[in-house]
Amino acid sequence: MANTPNPGRTRTVQPLAETPRRAAILKKLHARPTVRGSVIALAVLIILVVFAPFFAPQNPYDLANLSLMDGRLAPRQALMDGSIAWLGTDDQGRDMLSAILYGLRISLMVGLSAVVLATAIGGAIGLVAAYIGGWVDTVLMRIVDFILGFPTILVALVLLVVLGRGVDKVILALVLVQWGHYARIMRSRALQERRKEYVEAAANLGFPAWRIMLFHLLPNCLGPVMVFATIQIATAIALEATLSFLGVGVPITEPSLGLLISNGFQYLLSGDYWISLFPGIALLVLILSINIVGDRLRESLDPRRA
Amino acid sequence: MSQADTPVIELKNVHKRFEQRPDLAQRILALTGRPIDRRTVYAVNGVDLSIKRGEVVGLVGESGCGKSTLGRVVAGLHRQTEGELLYQGQDANRLRGAGKLAYTLGVQMIFQDPQASLNPRQRLRQILGESLKVHKLAPPADIPGRIDQALTEVGLDTEYRDRFPHQISGGQRQRIGIARALMVAPKFLVCDEPVAALDVSIQAQVINLFMDLREQHGFTYLFISHDLGVVKHISDRVAIMYLGKIVEISTSAEIFARANHPYTQALMAEVPDVARRGRKFTPIKGEIPSPLNPPSGCTFNPRCPHAMPRCREVAPALKEISAGHWSACHLNEASA
Amino acid sequence: MSDILLDVRGLRTAFHTEAGAWLAVDGVDLTVRRGEIVGLVGESGSGKSVTGFSLLGLIDPPGEVVDGEVKFKGTDLRKLSEEQMRQLRGNRIAMIFQDPLMTLNPVLRIGEQMMEAILTHEDVPRAQAEERCREALAMVGIPSPEKRLKSYPHEFSGGMRQRVAIAIAMLNKPDLIICDEPTTALDVTIQGQILYRMQQICREHNTALIWITHDLGVVAELADRVAVMYAGRIVESGPVEQVLDAPRHPYTKGLLDSMPGATQPGARLHQINGMAPSLAGRPAGCAFRPRCINAVTRCTEQAPSVTTEGPRSYRCYVPIAREAQ
Repeated sequence: MANTPNPGRTRTVQPLAETPRRAAILKKLHARPTVRGSVIALAVLIILVVFAPFFAPQNPYDLANLSLMDGRLAPRQALMDGSIAWLGTDDQGRDMLSAILYGLRISLMVGLSAVVLATAIGGAIGLVAAYIGGWVDTVLMRIVDFILGFPTILVALVLLVVLGRGVDKVILALVLVQWGHYARIMRSRALQERRKEYVEAAANLGFPAWRIMLFHLLPNCLGPVMVFATIQIATAIALEATLSFLGVGVPITEPSLGLLISNGFQYLLSGDYWISLFPGIALLVLILSINIVGDRLRESLDPRRA
Repeated sequence: MSQADTPVIELKNVHKRFEQRPDLAQRILALTGRPIDRRTVYAVNGVDLSIKRGEVVGLVGESGCGKSTLGRVVAGLHRQTEGELLYQGQDANRLRGAGKLAYTLGVQMIFQDPQASLNPRQRLRQILGESLKVHKLAPPADIPGRIDQALTEVGLDTEYRDRFPHQISGGQRQRIGIARALMVAPKFLVCDEPVAALDVSIQAQVINLFMDLREQHGFTYLFISHDLGVVKHISDRVAIMYLGKIVEISTSAEIFARANHPYTQALMAEVPDVARRGRKFTPIKGEIPSPLNPPSGCTFNPRCPHAMPRCREVAPALKEISAGHWSACHLNEASA
Repeated sequence: MSDILLDVRGLRTAFHTEAGAWLAVDGVDLTVRRGEIVGLVGESGSGKSVTGFSLLGLIDPPGEVVDGEVKFKGTDLRKLSEEQMRQLRGNRIAMIFQDPLMTLNPVLRIGEQMMEAILTHEDVPRAQAEERCREALAMVGIPSPEKRLKSYPHEFSGGMRQRVAIAIAMLNKPDLIICDEPTTALDVTIQGQILYRMQQICREHNTALIWITHDLGVVAELADRVAVMYAGRIVESGPVEQVLDAPRHPYTKGLLDSMPGATQPGARLHQINGMAPSLAGRPAGCAFRPRCINAVTRCTEQAPSVTTEGPRSYRCYVPIAREAQ
């Protein structure tokens, strides 16, 4: 059924190319903090991290490589085997550049895994609580309230003392203290979306509850969760760094950035700044670029903005 | 009773109340002797309605009257608190299995807000095809064809099938909502203010679509609207709702010619009419009362220009004042 | 002295995107006399609300008023500074919005907001200002006004809030009130009450109204003159009875014919096929041409200019002739 009595090609009105204040208005429209720098920084970091073994002059985890004679060398000095330590070495004789690259790997892996797992677990629980409602909702949310009532670091500390050191245990601890936030955010969004008519329509069409939750509610509730998750990657990394700094995180043999900073701490005042400073800068750049890029990514994921 | 005589939908003394149950914190407070603030919304307060096959019943009322809630009860989206809902003669709440599915799919709802009634993340073909997939109503190979057919039937170009809801206009979204309902071959459509959010020129298109579909498929409609003009045009019978009760019901022609209940009369007088020029407004006084706190006796009595003392005490029942014309007003008894 | 209060000529408002600026309002001429009620009718996308906002200089980037004269009592509002405009707004020209929560600050009591509206423009003692507020609330029919002055907006129903908005608009006895769909979101019986108040107030204080709406029925009952907008232009205007009884423009006729009351119950409604064009997709020439059954070749080439017929005017090359009525 053609709707128009006069179909066929219609010339449309041409837009105005100039108006008195167009230039000023367009300038304001574009004023947005540049994301480009962060994207480049993050891309570089990710490439470095993924291909760390190629870039690192030495494998810092291979104890056979290390020699105490190389300990605490200033930046740009040569090691025993002739290679140059561009960023210096730590007290163990580990090349800082290599240690940072591998440390970035650990930090990123811990951060991403913790967030992905916490999102999956917390998100699922929040979604179910919102959809089913009633006593299920009450019980689940009181559990969340209980867990989130404790200070994060305290709980993580206790957990890790009990579980011992190790990258996987750190991830577990981070997930356990964090999932509650995701549950709350998902639930609050899901409660709003659940009232919308397309969810009623899905029920009216006889779709089973799991289908409605998974295909109708979930895709529309991801927005705020994603925003939170991208910020939380940085938080998780920082949290892991803190725990490692405090000595309960990753083992000394697989140092993360936090552990490196912690190691170097004792030498700061004696002048060997590079052992703490460079890992610290690396951590800062990582967190900052993740935050900025994550924010832009979330914006572009909304189909309405396409 | 033969199949043809059984009303498609029958409501018997249906009540729907929304109770806000006190949460844990309030219950603990109650232990200290503080009274619990139990709020109940009396959305539907005893409605009897019987809709025959092929009929269009218009349900008119303003906000808070419960018409949307009643529509959702009929469609099975809310369960009534009291009373019976019969679908093709059977108690809808007791149905199970295939019978329940037949009822769920048989009574489809068309929603008011075209924007909120479509999943923003699904393409149109997914919105339309999902029910066919889930309930195996058509072999997978046939589904694209069925989707195109549905799009054409509601007057949309088939090239729209890959679009998202935000890429089409309000009127087109409403058509998709209708097409989606058609996919499951319903018998009864509850239309909840389907044209209220649309522009006047698009309203006409969608109303025509409803009428065409009725002719082609023999649908039965419960057409909920606050727009008397639209209701008058499309309905066979019209029921007027006020604060959870039907206060008047009759054929469309009869109600518009001889409105009996004071509220119906006020509604008719208030509806802006293009034919009336420079009207001197004489509106009815008072606010629409909240369903949290319905007035005692006849719920309309605080605003009724003809209120008598009896109206505050006793709620009038629906009485047949002439053939097929029912009204709930004490004024009718005075002249009986 | 002329009793023309507002004289708008050639108003053009554009919205900027990367690709260029598109005109939401494309050459609008409008005249409002003292005490006159003018209905500005159009569907969504017609530019009626943008027109209302443009008159008061309330268009923010990426929008821009690019052309035109808005003469209020002889002064071109477009040439005034922001400070001078501020002195006019809420004082000589007021605006009422569709959503009363736009007018009312949810965290301030009604009394405070109303006092602010008075004291911004006039230096009067507080007691006197408060008395005026109380009177204004009583005038719009709000019971126990002294108590209500202390209430917050959320304690009122939708209809009451809109009445408060009207009261605020009337506080400084403006010459003109621009009303942007104020009753669209309200129930019919409440709408009736609001229309009754507005009519009463306008007659009493000789206030002019521009009533922006999509509801031809309201315009028919309330307004003296009507202007019909389509795709940014006024396609027809004139005294209400003349335009509604004998429309010249096919769009006006189409609108009137597509209303349920115009056809026998149960019969197919007359419909205007197609959809209103989007901002960027307006056809060259007459914007209504793709949907018009009377269109001729000339309609594609150039947009019709205004034809005047006594108090009426319209933009059409093939207007509906008198005999066809």
